[in-house]
Amino acid sequence: MLKVTAGSDVAVSGRSVITAARGSAYETKTSRSVALLIRLRTVRLPVTASAAPGASLCFSVVLCVPGGLPGQTGSRFSGFLSVFSGSQRRCLPRAGAPRAACSGRWSGFMCGWEPRREPPHPANPRDAVEAGELRPLYMDFQATTPMDPRVLDAMLPYQVNFYGNPHSRTHAYGWESEGAMERARKQQVADLIAADPREIIFTSGATESNNMAIKGVARFYRAKKRHVITTQTEHKCVLDSCRVLEAEGFDVTYLPVQKNGLVDLELLERSIRPDTSLVSVMAVNNEIGVKQPIKEIGRLCRSKGVFFHTDAAQAVGKIPLNVTASNIDLMSISGHKIYGPKGVGALYVRRRPRVRLEPLQNGGGQERGLRSGTVPTPLAVGLGAACLIAQQEMQYDHHRVSMLANRLVQKIMLELPDVVMNGDPEQRYPGCVNLSFAYVEGESLLMALKDVALSSGSACTSASLEPSYVLRAIGADEDLAHSSIRFGIGRFTTEEEVDYTAEKCIQQVTRLREMSPLWEMVQEGINLKSINWTQH
Amino acid sequence: MAMASLRKCASPLVLFGRRLFTPEVNALCLYHKKVVDHYENPRNVGSLNKNAKNVGTGLVGAPACGDVMKLQIEVDENGKIVDAKFKTFGCGSAIASSSLATEWVKGKSIDEALKIKNTDIAKELCLPPVKLHCSMLAEDAIKAALSDYRLKQQDKKEEDMTAAESC
Repeated sequence: MLKVTAGSDVAVSGRSVITAARGSAYETKTSRSVALLIRLRTVRLPVTASAAPGASLCFSVVLCVPGGLPGQTGSRFSGFLSVFSGSQRRCLPRAGAPRAACSGRWSGFMCGWEPRREPPHPANPRDAVEAGELRPLYMDFQATTPMDPRVLDAMLPYQVNFYGNPHSRTHAYGWESEGAMERARKQQVADLIAADPREIIFTSGATESNNMAIKGVARFYRAKKRHVITTQTEHKCVLDSCRVLEAEGFDVTYLPVQKNGLVDLELLERSIRPDTSLVSVMAVNNEIGVKQPIKEIGRLCRSKGVFFHTDAAQAVGKIPLNVTASNIDLMSISGHKIYGPKGVGALYVRRRPRVRLEPLQNGGGQERGLRSGTVPTPLAVGLGAACLIAQQEMQYDHHRVSMLANRLVQKIMLELPDVVMNGDPEQRYPGCVNLSFAYVEGESLLMALKDVALSSGSACTSASLEPSYVLRAIGADEDLAHSSIRFGIGRFTTEEEVDYTAEKCIQQVTRLREMSPLWEMVQEGINLKSINWTQH
Repeated sequence: MAMASLRKCASPLVLFGRRLFTPEVNALCLYHKKVVDHYENPRNVGSLNKNAKNVGTGLVGAPACGDVMKLQIEVDENGKIVDAKFKTFGCGSAIASSSLATEWVKGKSIDEALKIKNTDIAKELCLPPVKLHCSMLAEDAIKAALSDYRLKQQDKKEEDMTAAESC
């Protein structure tokens, strides 16, 4: 709980961030509701009382865009950015300026909003979306996550004020950026996974981290070791990197998974050869949410002297990960999956025992020579903030997400027959629910659920006509693979959204089943597997 | 109720920018209005009595491919199609294609119905190239229904002939 009392006014000297607001007094109900006021000059501001307490997701973020270049007397940016939840949107003017004159660079952007009136529901969802009126509920947290406003607050000063290159050794701009970057590296990213900060390399995302890990390690040890092991349910970037290695002459084993999506440890042990350099198994699958036995795989790999890489993009910040306890040698982290910014990620590379890798990106030798290129300070700071928040709220979020996921699944399965959950029911991250609705095609169901943003493993949603390879790998029937929908639940999902999604889903599946010849045949007692279908 | 939940969910999510660019919305945006219309208000969903002599049933596609269409036509004594019903397991374009197919065959004679081409269906619905197979399946469904009807008519004729001979 954050309690901000009235009358507390903290003056700012230099460029520090304060977290008290003058003239505003409100208590937030959950630890996740935060009010921040960032001031970067010693300017006192009247802050009007802000958002309503009590709403479970209510928070207000008030940001002050800082003043201009040194030497300028006035502030270049005279407007404030004010973002409120719900329909309260107000702009807080600078002290002394007339209320209405919310001028400045941001005026056209944020200030002067009026509360939205309820628009009439248009017939075509496309028109509605283009008109900016109707936006679906977001239930696709595996695809990406909205940035937590606290992360944005942490990043913004580094976008406009502390804009130095962190690798500039000679002036304060560089020093302060470097400080922020190192802080992000140490306090936040490294602490989340119990690593040493020297083991964290900032990259542009988990895809780059995966590429670096797989290609880098394999190529470095190519003299003696030419074998790499991975699974069939990995992310495309891992599979594609392995394909490139195969073209270079490496041997790659793509391990099959069991029906529940988990890797068979005995099969993995049998597959490890004396010339295996790397085993890559993802921690949490992005399509079916299955949690692989990382500890056991790590122990096995350490005993055999093989490096263990895990793509933890969906796992970091959501389930507890400890690189030492799990014997992980390389780990990929993604920013935009943990409510951080897009375009940043990290790679954990173990120092003891040292993992060497050939860099993919050469240049000035930044990031220990493993990933040259200027580290984007705002993005790194954002990733750090996201990791810090995730560490603090992991338990709470996990509990809440499990509760919501159970609610969704139980509601749906109680009302609808012939619904299959893909992936192991126990060994999973609860926020990723993949359900197959028999006799209903996935894309038509997505179209029916047009006011909920979901994802499907159906072929029609991909460019090819093939259903998802992950569902095929777990042995799902082809027609069930076409009928799967992935529900993603995250930090900002509410109970009402889950209830609405479940009800809509039940309604639409029933309607589509009425339209389905397969459902009709099954009702008549025909066994679908006995029919000789016409193939194209 | 949707609005209330939308507004609530709008709280932390819809902070900056009014546009939503998730793949789902893009897919929806790629759907032509006509496809959405046929999908929301499908015409002629249902079943006819498949054992009736003047009803032809065409079942094409495969669940493994993600597309199954069942098209049924009812033909009167003059060879004109008086009723058509469909049921489809497939994506929005497949449902729209089969719905349009039933609309078009109604009131046509058998020979005219045979002339319906998948390209016409695709053009009418403005299907993108990746969805052209849906219109092809719809054309196959029409042809399958018509040939099933013809088979039934042939069987009927043979039955009548054998009945006449045995008398």
